[in-house]
Amino acid sequence: MALVSPSIRAATQEKVRASLTRRERNVGGVLLQGGLVVALLSTLLVLFTLLTQIFVSAWPVLSTRGTTFLTATIGSDPDTIGIFPGLYGSIFIGVGVLLLAVPIGIASAVYLEEYARHDRWFNRIIMISIRNLAGVPAVIYGVLGLVIFVGWLEPVTNGRTVLAAAFTLAVLVLPIIIITSSEAIRAVPQGIRDAGYGVGASKWEVNRDHVLPYAAPGILTGTMLSLARALGEASPLILLGAITGRLPETGLRERFTGIPMLIYSWSAKANPKDAVLGFENAAAAAGVVLLVLVLMFNIVAVVLRNRYERKRVGS
Amino acid sequence: MRVLLFGAALTTVVISALILFTLVRGSVAFLRNIDLGQLLGTGDKAPGWFPRRERFDLRTILFGSLIMSSIAMLVAVPFGLGTAMYLSEYASPRTRRIVKPIIEVLASIPSVVVGYFALRFIAPEVVANIFNPDQVKNMMAGGLGIGILVIPVMASISEDALSSVPSSLREASYAVGARKSSTVVKVVFPAAISGVVAAFIIATSRAIGETMVATMAAGSDGTGVRTLSALDPGLSMTAAMTNAAGGTDQAKGGASFDVLFFVGLLLFLITLSLNLVGDRFVRRVRQKY
Repeated sequence: MALVSPSIRAATQEKVRASLTRRERNVGGVLLQGGLVVALLSTLLVLFTLLTQIFVSAWPVLSTRGTTFLTATIGSDPDTIGIFPGLYGSIFIGVGVLLLAVPIGIASAVYLEEYARHDRWFNRIIMISIRNLAGVPAVIYGVLGLVIFVGWLEPVTNGRTVLAAAFTLAVLVLPIIIITSSEAIRAVPQGIRDAGYGVGASKWEVNRDHVLPYAAPGILTGTMLSLARALGEASPLILLGAITGRLPETGLRERFTGIPMLIYSWSAKANPKDAVLGFENAAAAAGVVLLVLVLMFNIVAVVLRNRYERKRVGS
Repeated sequence: MRVLLFGAALTTVVISALILFTLVRGSVAFLRNIDLGQLLGTGDKAPGWFPRRERFDLRTILFGSLIMSSIAMLVAVPFGLGTAMYLSEYASPRTRRIVKPIIEVLASIPSVVVGYFALRFIAPEVVANIFNPDQVKNMMAGGLGIGILVIPVMASISEDALSSVPSSLREASYAVGARKSSTVVKVVFPAAISGVVAAFIIATSRAIGETMVATMAAGSDGTGVRTLSALDPGLSMTAAMTNAAGGTDQAKGGASFDVLFFVGLLLFLITLSLNLVGDRFVRRVRQKY
């Protein structure tokens, strides 16, 4: 056994013994696990700091202004401004998404999952374009909205209005709705469809009465997520020319603003000398309102998804 | 019914075509109005991005986007990948049940709120104290803010990739006497590598396309000189776009407005090609397991 010298053999024996009796210290393993824990905790710490900082800066406004902050209009005095025009704009953007993007999105998903033959070239083009649209930066949808909905469709939207913004954001979230709805429809067991056909239902009847109701929780989850996304998006609003100064009139075909736009413009606005509350506090308070809205939709989405998954596993 | 549903599905193709059409048409109008030299900053003593003076040095905004997204990825890769690895390989089911929704909360925070945080906290409290830059707003603050936004993207895609590695691979590794740490580093990670690469590419694409944080915290009013220092104020491609369109009642038309379409087209092509490559890597993971 000239290959292994006694010293190496002794060292190996010692290593094996140490390993078996758990005396051995695995420095690399401990470091790796420690590093991963640090990464996880730092991520959580960042989130915690962000939320704390926003709530602390928002508190003076939320505690002294209360609901008047929601009902007052925008202006140049940080002590009396409110987010009403932003709330109005954001709510109708949400309504626009529900009325436009959700029906078109669900219809597209039904077509792609239930009707389309995936080897046809035009169906492939549809699928490729959906995947690509999902990755297009929001600011580019702003350019699209500016040309199409503000420019070409001016007779309908009356220019830079709530309607134009609602159309633009509906287009922005359409791919999200299609992708999540497709996944929900794909998860419907084939047996559900076969049972429908078995009692003589037509394809559309099977889809309407069996596939869509079964996929409804998943579709609703996607809808909630897309609403949250539409409410939080600020960059398309900048491109569409949302108002930041004064907006006495609110109407669907009037100039508009949204909560994200107010946060953007107030964050960096200089305060008047005699103001008690600053614009930065107002921005943070508007941020809290936006976070509450967005998180509410997300929580509803998560709860729906969990209930749906539990139900399906049990059945 | 079939025709109606097909029509709905066709809207996405129409939208894609319209996006490309508007960007290309605007870009052509822009390029007709200027010399190529204006895009390259030739002849300028201090080349930079000054749309009102018709100086469009492309390198200024390309460097700005590149610097900020690099900083963002320096934040997002260790934090996002570390979080994903811990959740997929070490965390107990209970920890996972608690932490994953929290990461989803982070993912759902609107970018304008992160922009506020970057402007009001990261820039004055973090960057100013550590790096002592000349100006409070700078690309470091913007990049760190964008990093926070893309951590969840990085984390969730790499977590999917890591947890889709079949457990038979882990068990085989344990069976030949490997430790947990060697199994994670030498077996699970290499098996999931294409998913992790996909996460990196898609997160990069998101970082380049991110608008609000770059506009709010990177400290530029729509103009800037070319710089390679992360501690200088700078302009990303996205910030150049919001600034070209911003100013609510500004007279439209002219090169200083049309540049919006040209930068938009560049941004579209860059993010599109990154997403296509990223998609290919994601599908490679799916096919394998």
